[in-house]
Amino acid sequence: MPEHEADGQLATPTDEVRDFLHRRREQIAQRWADEPLFRTVFTVSRDEAVEAGKVIVDALAQVADSGQVEDPDAAGFSAVREQLGRMGAARSRAGLSNTQISSELAALRPPVENLLAADLEQAPPEHLRACSTALTVLMGTLRLVAMQTALSEWQALSDRQRMQLMEVATPVIRLWDGIVAVPLIGTLDSARSQIVMETLLNAVVEQHARFAILDITGVPTVDSLVAQHLMKTVAAARLMGAECIVSGIRPAIAQTIVHLGLDLDVITRASLADALGYALHQLGADIVNSGAGQR
Amino acid sequence: MNDAHPRPVTGHVPVLRLGDVLLVTLQGDLHDSTAQQLQQDLSETISRTGVRGVLIDISGVEIVDSFLGRVLAEIAAQSKLLAARTVVAGMRPAVAITLVELGLTLPGLSTALSTEAGMELLARQAPVPRPGSPRQESP
Amino acid sequence: MHTAAGVEACLPIRSDMDLVWVRQHVRQAAARLGFGLVDQTKLVTAASELARNTLVHGGGGQMEATQVGRAGAQGLRLAFTDEGPGIADLDLALSDGYTSGGGLGMGLSGARRLVHDFDIDTAPGSGTTVRVTCWVGRPPRPREEV
Repeated sequence: MPEHEADGQLATPTDEVRDFLHRRREQIAQRWADEPLFRTVFTVSRDEAVEAGKVIVDALAQVADSGQVEDPDAAGFSAVREQLGRMGAARSRAGLSNTQISSELAALRPPVENLLAADLEQAPPEHLRACSTALTVLMGTLRLVAMQTALSEWQALSDRQRMQLMEVATPVIRLWDGIVAVPLIGTLDSARSQIVMETLLNAVVEQHARFAILDITGVPTVDSLVAQHLMKTVAAARLMGAECIVSGIRPAIAQTIVHLGLDLDVITRASLADALGYALHQLGADIVNSGAGQR
Repeated sequence: MNDAHPRPVTGHVPVLRLGDVLLVTLQGDLHDSTAQQLQQDLSETISRTGVRGVLIDISGVEIVDSFLGRVLAEIAAQSKLLAARTVVAGMRPAVAITLVELGLTLPGLSTALSTEAGMELLARQAPVPRPGSPRQESP
Repeated sequence: MHTAAGVEACLPIRSDMDLVWVRQHVRQAAARLGFGLVDQTKLVTAASELARNTLVHGGGGQMEATQVGRAGAQGLRLAFTDEGPGIADLDLALSDGYTSGGGLGMGLSGARRLVHDFDIDTAPGSGTTVRVTCWVGRPPRPREEV
């Protein structure tokens, strides 16, 4: 069947693979449509799966034509990147692990290789081997492109979730008229402390809070970086006209702070209750004063 | 939300007298020369009127850089010499965060959340002792 | 997909009126690129400090604003150029509290803390160029790194 010129000038392996992909476009797409990756993603009709397969075959042919079979950034892949990403995401939603998706992608190779071997039956063995290697490399690169795309989408998703989590994990509580508190839980890195600072200061404005309590009972360790973040928050609140109280400094953390030689120039209290008591006292004394002044 | 910018403020910033307090409302983007003019106007008005407090409302100010920060600190320092106390009120959170990152914590400055809170603070304060008068404790 | 219209610009810095325009342009460009309010404020403040340095120490110059993209991230780059006397001792000029112009000495060192990337090109007698870049959505650098 294959009208392969066994004699004369042999095409280069990548050109051979390109011609093969053009020639066998339909058959490859048909076989892929039966593979789990296509079968489970394109559930509406088999034709849909075949069409999707053809698009990928075309992309592979274009990459083979450019000779960049090892390059995941080859221009030919850009047309299918999004489609591969969607397929990977669909399998991921179905509960497959990265490894399982990767092996489903790997399963696309044997049917194509068998077709190539059948086509080049008449060709010299070393030519078949060279073409087969080129195809293997090309399919390997396709797998890499698909995994890269899927990973970057997972990354984006996980970044979004991390941001959401950080916002959720920073509740500012109004404890009393003019007193807000934020219980900090977990590690304070730069991104998180930025959100804590912004959330707390916005709450200070909205609630007209003269006192803002930063409770660090749930912060596992206080190193100089965390201390620096705390001090920045305290200083910014002070500029706005509010006073910060840091509460929940456990004995071990107090020791660390002293050992590190950090100067926490701020009002501190052992517990959130003590901090609230202090703030109330301050506010209470003020109320008594102004009341007395009016009478 | 900031697409419509207020026109830059040039010339004199109005200084209002409310009893024993001078009230200044800063708004929008200040020229350096306007800020310096204000500093001069304030010291003249304090010495002329003998007020005990200066309240600067900066809730309408979008940025405070080291220049304006220095002007505010100097207003506070010179007012103190003239026996008046300065309160800066209404600094926006973004401005406060930026000033702290910039390295300016302005420790000599009294602050308040709003104009009302600033007025209360000034009313509550014992008057700054004039030179020669018995020293009073102030936090 | 993203239009840079109104972001790219070259503004003169010759008077304190120009400082106002620089601040307003940077504010609008940063808002257009999607910077949050706090980051906008930081960037505008850094621009104000650097533009004032250009005016006061460099005898005037210009600011160039460019939209930059890297690995999917959007950023705003500002370059402040003057043909003034240059800076002889850069380490000293970058230290907190050092001043040659009667300010608080926070201009250069402070501006550096407000941005993600900071780069300065200067030599005595051949002017100064300061380039700063801020990236959308990236947390500030911890101070130790600065």
